[in-house]
Amino acid sequence: MTGHGILEIVLFCLTVTALTKPLGVYMHRVFEGQPTALSRAIGPVERVIYRLLGVRESDDMRWTQYSFALLAFSAVGMLLTYVLLRLQGALPLNPRGFGGGQMPPDLAFGTAASFATNTNWQSYVPEASVSTLSNMLALTVQNWTSAAAGMAVAVAVCRGFARHGSAGIGNFWVDLIRACLYILLPICIPYALFLVWQGVPQTFAAPVVAAGLDGSRQTLLTGPVASQEAIKMLGTNGGGFFNANSAHPFENPTPLTNFVQIVSIFAIPAALTCTFGRMVGNPRQGWAIFGAMAALFLCGLAVCYQAETAGVPAVRDIRVAAFEDDAPGAGNMEGKEVRFGIAPSALFATVTTAASCGAVNSMHDSYTPLGGMVALLNILCDETVFGGVGAGLFGMLMYAIVAVFIAGLMVGRTPEYLGKKIGKYEVRMAILALLILFATAASWTALACTMPIPPSAAALNRVNGSSPALDLGGASNNVGNPGAHGFSELLYAYASQTGNNGSAFAGLTANTPYYNLTGGIAMLVGRFLMIIPLLAMSGSLARKQPTPASAGSLATDTPTFAFLLAGVVLVVGALEYFPALALGPIAENLQMLARQAF
Amino acid sequence: MGNDETGAADAPEVRARPRRAPRTLFAKQIVHRAAADAVRKLDPRLVARNPVMFVVEVGSIITLLLFIRELLTGGRDLLFDGQITAWLWFTVLFANFAEAMAEGRGKAQAEALRKTKTLTMARRLTGRHEERIGATELRKGDLVVCEAGDVIPGDGEVTDGIASVDESAITGESAPVIRESGGDRDSVTGGTKVLSDRIVVRITSNPGETFIDRMIGLVEGARRQKTPNEVALTILLAGTTIIFVLAVASLVPFAAFGVRSAGVGALPSVFLLEALLVCLIPTTIGGLLSAIGIAGMDRVMQHNVLAMSGKAVEAAGDVNTLLLDKTGTITLGNRQAVELIPLPGVEVDALANAAQLSSLADETPEGRSIAVLAKERYGLRGRDLHDGNAEFVPFRAQTRMSGVNLGGSQIRKGAAEAVKRHIVELGGSVPPELDEITDRISSAGGTPLAVAVDDRALGVIYLKDIVKGGMRARFDQFRAMGIRTVMITGDNPLTAASIADEAGVDGFLAEATPEAKMALIRAEQSGGKLVAMTGDGTNDAPALAQADVGLAMNSGTQAAKEAGNMVDLDSNPTKLIEVVAIGKQLLMTRGALTTFSIANDISKYFCIIPAMFAVTYPELGAINFLRYGPGSALSTPNSAVLAAVIFNALIIIALIPIALRGVPYRPVGASALLRRNLFVYGLGGMLVPFPAIWLLDRLLVLLRLA
Repeated sequence: MTGHGILEIVLFCLTVTALTKPLGVYMHRVFEGQPTALSRAIGPVERVIYRLLGVRESDDMRWTQYSFALLAFSAVGMLLTYVLLRLQGALPLNPRGFGGGQMPPDLAFGTAASFATNTNWQSYVPEASVSTLSNMLALTVQNWTSAAAGMAVAVAVCRGFARHGSAGIGNFWVDLIRACLYILLPICIPYALFLVWQGVPQTFAAPVVAAGLDGSRQTLLTGPVASQEAIKMLGTNGGGFFNANSAHPFENPTPLTNFVQIVSIFAIPAALTCTFGRMVGNPRQGWAIFGAMAALFLCGLAVCYQAETAGVPAVRDIRVAAFEDDAPGAGNMEGKEVRFGIAPSALFATVTTAASCGAVNSMHDSYTPLGGMVALLNILCDETVFGGVGAGLFGMLMYAIVAVFIAGLMVGRTPEYLGKKIGKYEVRMAILALLILFATAASWTALACTMPIPPSAAALNRVNGSSPALDLGGASNNVGNPGAHGFSELLYAYASQTGNNGSAFAGLTANTPYYNLTGGIAMLVGRFLMIIPLLAMSGSLARKQPTPASAGSLATDTPTFAFLLAGVVLVVGALEYFPALALGPIAENLQMLARQAF
Repeated sequence: MGNDETGAADAPEVRARPRRAPRTLFAKQIVHRAAADAVRKLDPRLVARNPVMFVVEVGSIITLLLFIRELLTGGRDLLFDGQITAWLWFTVLFANFAEAMAEGRGKAQAEALRKTKTLTMARRLTGRHEERIGATELRKGDLVVCEAGDVIPGDGEVTDGIASVDESAITGESAPVIRESGGDRDSVTGGTKVLSDRIVVRITSNPGETFIDRMIGLVEGARRQKTPNEVALTILLAGTTIIFVLAVASLVPFAAFGVRSAGVGALPSVFLLEALLVCLIPTTIGGLLSAIGIAGMDRVMQHNVLAMSGKAVEAAGDVNTLLLDKTGTITLGNRQAVELIPLPGVEVDALANAAQLSSLADETPEGRSIAVLAKERYGLRGRDLHDGNAEFVPFRAQTRMSGVNLGGSQIRKGAAEAVKRHIVELGGSVPPELDEITDRISSAGGTPLAVAVDDRALGVIYLKDIVKGGMRARFDQFRAMGIRTVMITGDNPLTAASIADEAGVDGFLAEATPEAKMALIRAEQSGGKLVAMTGDGTNDAPALAQADVGLAMNSGTQAAKEAGNMVDLDSNPTKLIEVVAIGKQLLMTRGALTTFSIANDISKYFCIIPAMFAVTYPELGAINFLRYGPGSALSTPNSAVLAAVIFNALIIIALIPIALRGVPYRPVGASALLRRNLFVYGLGGMLVPFPAIWLLDRLLVLLRLA
């Protein structure tokens, strides 16, 4: 660990914390329909959109209507994305002439599911597969709408706690449009301009051909990168314009952009905790959630940074100069950009997996077992450590219900959260959401471990665009490494997709029909079958009358509760996945310490 | 003469001990019966009600079948597989045993009650004709005659006569109570015995629906339904169980990948997987859950309170507002003299002397309290005035005074207006200070009694409602629990305020009418609060029904008893406090054992997973805590897994006392309780298994069982 590294981390924490309140208060005003500084400018546009869509602002939706609107909206978005990707060859803005061949049906399905669910899992090489138009109309649009939909759902879940005796939980269309117009748009425009200033391309011009130092000619691909980059980070989407994602100099050119990008991943998820506190009428409630998230984040970051700094003992043994203790850049530099170094990489990795962003500035496959386990565990805890825009908050509220239920019993009262009694319906819905996430990630991983692909169906596991000679056979053959590390690759892939993270452990050959189809299903289930029970829970809570707090009721705005909540997230995550982690990163770590080579 | 009754002697203990307290938790008879019941409860139809134990039983059946097959075909590891199978069965048996233990006490009680029921004969009245029939043939509306020595054949209302009744069969209280027609003391309970006189009773319940029947049902837990919180917790446990079933099931393909890749080792056997599953699913709380509920109801019963449902007891734990009648609950039934205030120019001894003399023949509690005050505070000795020349003047409604004529002088005490009139009649004059003193006492919530000798006013006796000792401490406890106490009284607001202040209640409802009481309950409930109240009269019935917890007094009317959801057989309104504590304990015990159960899992992972993959990933041994400490070389994968399974089964037995007694509840506020319980059951639950499993592991090795 270096002074620089720690300074950057401290600066990062301070910036996120400082942004939380102003942004959170602003978002609260936006979603409650109160006037804001931008109302005069955006209000007329907003009203025109409502008129065009036939949306009445005052219409309050029941949870069933809200869910239906969300599902219908996402389904249409996914279908449009699929069609655009498949037809890109016949559409304009396709300078490099990509067609349906680069986007076969299974890949187009997986990609459409990936972007509609805010996952941005990319099993293709973007610069070799998607046209500029596809990038702009299919993928970037989904980056906006899936982020806004996530925020809408989070706000609707908050309303369940905030409202009393109410049948409805808000209006999906209004929430969605406000999230786009008032929150994403005003931040993304200056953000994109800032990136342009720092050197990120934003152009329709043809690729630049440059001469390399060795005299070879090099084609440098550009495009409308900055506009996609801004929403990619702010909306915790994570889908890169380039395959190397934020490790690519055109996506993330400077240390400053690197810092701003990490901050922008956490900005909205962190601020939503404040919005939650405001909505339920007690800002401290929001800070308690923030505290639980922050505690989990800092633990993860400490382990990850420490593990990467410590590096690999077998490498240390041979005393390579770069691994001298305390020397700058010591530790595990494999898979990391030299431009960034260990601390900004470890920070980025922890943040991007804690939030369901999935953008990367280093390759997680190359992390030490424990460093990689932090990324994996962040995802396995259902990305509640700040989490995706919206998804993090409602995921954490799902855990809060479980925590409150058990802890509430321990103080001798029927459990209540924010005055609302937690009954069998709420418990059933929270457990159902938890169960769906676990079952999806665990079963797809289990299936991939053993799935035999018979020769008659060999095409199922054939890399798109490759010849039958390269057929992979059984699904477990796609791993890039043997043993425990290979298992981690499989687990990470399905955990990342179920959790709508989208970062890849890499190593895994994922662009085959089998992985595109199963991954696509995992992403859809992980997103919508988690959201629906939580919206149902919110609907039930909104109908309830609150019980006034007393000395006998469990205080949920205290450090004790934040500690409890963090503990529940960690214990539930650890208990669910301990066997898997033991066979993956834990075994690998112990093998590494035993100097075992592969 | 001389009445030593003081407030303190009458005060309830802060923690009243249940009268029917068990002699020991594990009475031999109950244990024997429970052991037999535990086997009977293995019936899968019964176990199916409990999802966690059902999964264990299914696992036990599978391993048993596999073990039998191994016995026939020759297995590789019969000792290990057999022990795993046995301990899985023990896990189910221990859970059944816990439930049977909880039911045991109630069953014994129910048998005693049933005896009183079956033998009773009834004397039914038809017109003027009387016939003897079995009590079970009585129907609602029948009239029966009961005379001294008769057992009352069914629940009913006295329509004619008055009698003393021994209700010890249901209340355990041997002092007889008076039952009479009309008014609020007309209800009688089947199975109780008339001691004197003759009453005619109209039967109000059909056979099978009587109070005793309900009581038998309750103590047996026969009609026990899961309470709302229990249902929610069962859902949580079932969800957790499904998660762990999936976790264990998916472990097989995970292991297959690792084994294939490493090229050594084998897939975990069914026995190993079952062992892991049973260790992970929350068997501790799953096995004790129903015992906790039954024991909670039983504890209420031991306090001589009949709760009509577990839901009512649970609601008691959630109560926000407690309505308490002033008289009898907060204050002693009667007022007492607390001070003598002489008029200017009068010696206090002279006043004390007159006050005592005027009260010597006054047998009312107030009168006795004056004599006691004069003796204790003002040093006057008790006197005997039976020398013939004393003429006692009893209290009469017309005069509103009492006193004595002694040696030619008229000594009187009474209402200030009456005494003033008496003085004026005798030709005396009343000093203006008398009015000042009486006004002051009235405004402080007391009752002034003026004292005069002949035509001279001496001073005023200050009579006061006496708040029972210890009440303030109890209300402080309630406040700490987050419960608001409201005193209900017919007094005027001034008096009510003063008593409320002295007793330390949070609020009061003065000049209370049944309607005002009802309105108060509704207002509280509309703010999301749960309200508890006590009552005994027919006019309390609507409010008792409206309240979330309505504790009716057994001495009260049938209507009140039916409206409430609990009946206190001792007719002691302060019992509500115990019921609230039991309700809270019930919830706390469930929460604490759930936390403990889940926290336990962490340690089990650390010994079972390394044991399972000892060949494929020997490096995992580093996280196996059994590999540390003395004797570590002897620990084997088998001993590790067995130790965890045995611990998992034995912990159910070890925690039966906590399940039956309940986690101790202290009224210290939610945050302190949470911290304490998180520390004890959360952290404790994580740490305890480590040394316990370690010891079991070494023991198994020593005994050569693994």
